[in-house]
Amino acid sequence: MTAGNKFLVGVFDDDDVLLNAVTKVRESGIRIHECYTPFPVHGLGDALGYKRSKLPIAAFLFGVLGTSLALLMQFYMMGIDWPMIIGGKNYTSIPTFFPVTFELTVLLSALGMVGTFMIISDLRPYGKAKIFDLRATDDKYIMAIDLAKNRIDTAEIKQTLVAAGAVEVNEKHN
Amino acid sequence: MEVTSPVRKPLVTGGKTVHDVTVDVCRRVEEKPTVTWFLAVAASLGLLTIGLYSVFRTVWDGIGMWGLNKTVGWAWDITNFVWWVGIGHAGTLISAILLLFRQRWRMSINRAAEAMTIFAVICAALFPVLHMGRPWLGAYWALPLPNTFGSLWVNFNSPLLWDVFAISTYFTVSLVFWYIGLIPDFATIRDRAQGIISRTVYGALSFGWNGSARTWERYEAVALILAGLATPLVLSVHTIVSFDFATSVIPGWHTTIFPPYFVAGAIFSGFAMVLTLMLITRKVYKLEDYITINHIEMMNIIIIVTGSIVGVAYITELFMAWYSGVEYEQYAFLNRATGPYWWAYWTMMTCNVVSPQLFWIKKIRTSIVATFILSIVVNIGMWFERFVIIVTSLHRDYLPSSWAMFQPTIYDLGDYLFSIGLFFTLFFLFAKFFPVINMAEVKSIIKATGEKEPTMRESQTTTQSVEEMTPTTSKN
Repeated sequence: MTAGNKFLVGVFDDDDVLLNAVTKVRESGIRIHECYTPFPVHGLGDALGYKRSKLPIAAFLFGVLGTSLALLMQFYMMGIDWPMIIGGKNYTSIPTFFPVTFELTVLLSALGMVGTFMIISDLRPYGKAKIFDLRATDDKYIMAIDLAKNRIDTAEIKQTLVAAGAVEVNEKHN
Repeated sequence: MEVTSPVRKPLVTGGKTVHDVTVDVCRRVEEKPTVTWFLAVAASLGLLTIGLYSVFRTVWDGIGMWGLNKTVGWAWDITNFVWWVGIGHAGTLISAILLLFRQRWRMSINRAAEAMTIFAVICAALFPVLHMGRPWLGAYWALPLPNTFGSLWVNFNSPLLWDVFAISTYFTVSLVFWYIGLIPDFATIRDRAQGIISRTVYGALSFGWNGSARTWERYEAVALILAGLATPLVLSVHTIVSFDFATSVIPGWHTTIFPPYFVAGAIFSGFAMVLTLMLITRKVYKLEDYITINHIEMMNIIIIVTGSIVGVAYITELFMAWYSGVEYEQYAFLNRATGPYWWAYWTMMTCNVVSPQLFWIKKIRTSIVATFILSIVVNIGMWFERFVIIVTSLHRDYLPSSWAMFQPTIYDLGDYLFSIGLFFTLFFLFAKFFPVINMAEVKSIIKATGEKEPTMRESQTTTQSVEEMTPTTSKN
């Protein structure tokens, strides 16, 4: 988001109305900057044309990393670096290494995925929120349209938004 | 247009709108703390302070302050540890397993239940750390770190070490799961905040969340996968805790039934603790429309199921002891039921096997007073279960000359009180400063399962039939 762009902010008071409005607005050739909702509205991502998140793949890869590191660590420590006879058992064995391997797989998978999520979504402590309307975290559903990225006349966009069910249309610099 | 199914009872009652959810939950965070809250915090801080003295003596003078002896080397400390970890399990069950099963009724209780998980795990971790005697060296003994003995590593064949990994992973993943869910709600509080302090603090905590569709899309993927990871994790944690006993060769411990039996017991006691806490929270915070009798009944049904599993496990243990033909095993169980600790055994049996069966009666499982009393009874029973398993199995050693009894000292009691004080202090702080109900999730079900929704109010008549079925008068 470049600073100083002018946005048209459509405020809706129902999630289904917003969902239909997104389709209508896009059909009339207007590019939507982003929608903001107080809870996940199912189908909104599809309506906006977003691709499915690849985070599950990240979770899987971090999980594989966890499994490998855990096995490497245990085989190195118990089998190579300082082998010890404990209760006459083998130096190394998969079954007894399994619990720690499982736990580290889960740990790395969870932390890796959440870390990736935070980075790509720009979430961090003291992160500054880019807010178009404060009520978006309460009970309003917001559609923001970047005027610089649309060639269509502002009044016409406004009209489309109202026709699609927006209860308010505001202009905002962001 | 959404049509509310008249078959299912509404999950949120009182005709709440999306905005009402924000107001009802945020009000508790925004308003000045009440006198009741101060009294509650003072009481738990008092308990914590009294206990702190005993924790100090335990660390300063060593674990000789406890009542342990040569024969009974594990007693209250491990009992408390297993008890607290078990309590924690309900939070993960509610937030992860019920999410995978798409049980929407979890949504108004999962936040507080997860908080309970985290605080219970902190209390649990306290006991093994204290039992180390020199906790400041604990990291070297428990983690695979290079140390002064050269590269002598921890023993990866030991269930006690598996426990270290299981508990710390469980704590970390639960904390992350809980916090990810909190971020959108912190943003709601931030956007409503009037004062500069609350705006700064909740601004920092909300990580710059703005509720964009793209972030929500990712958030949902993250929540689903975390639930998928937390589900086997929570089952693994109590399984590994049970390995502490099951992999040893002590009669009464050396049994393959332990993992499922411990997991069921953990969920059983955890749900009881969730009920204890939620019944207080809903009363004090007037959240009766969000945590309805319906929710309480659902949780009581889970208590019947898990309580019955625990009962079957007790009977199976007795049967296996007899059927195995092993004298020592038979004696261990005979001694539990009729030996010097018979009272602990029968307290356990009564509280865990008999009392939850009362929930078969609808009047009892929909009564708040009865549920509250029984939830405490169950937790007393589960504490005794761990005490019975640990102490009665140890106190009769193989040699009769080594037979001993365990007498707890005031420091055993003090350390236990410390953990209870710590748990409730943390919970009350959470209940004041954090949103106790997951607002974003509850908002998402208001329209589908609430009684009314603003845009439907004027025209719709279908919602009327649902309204008549309000569970506050659920005698159908």
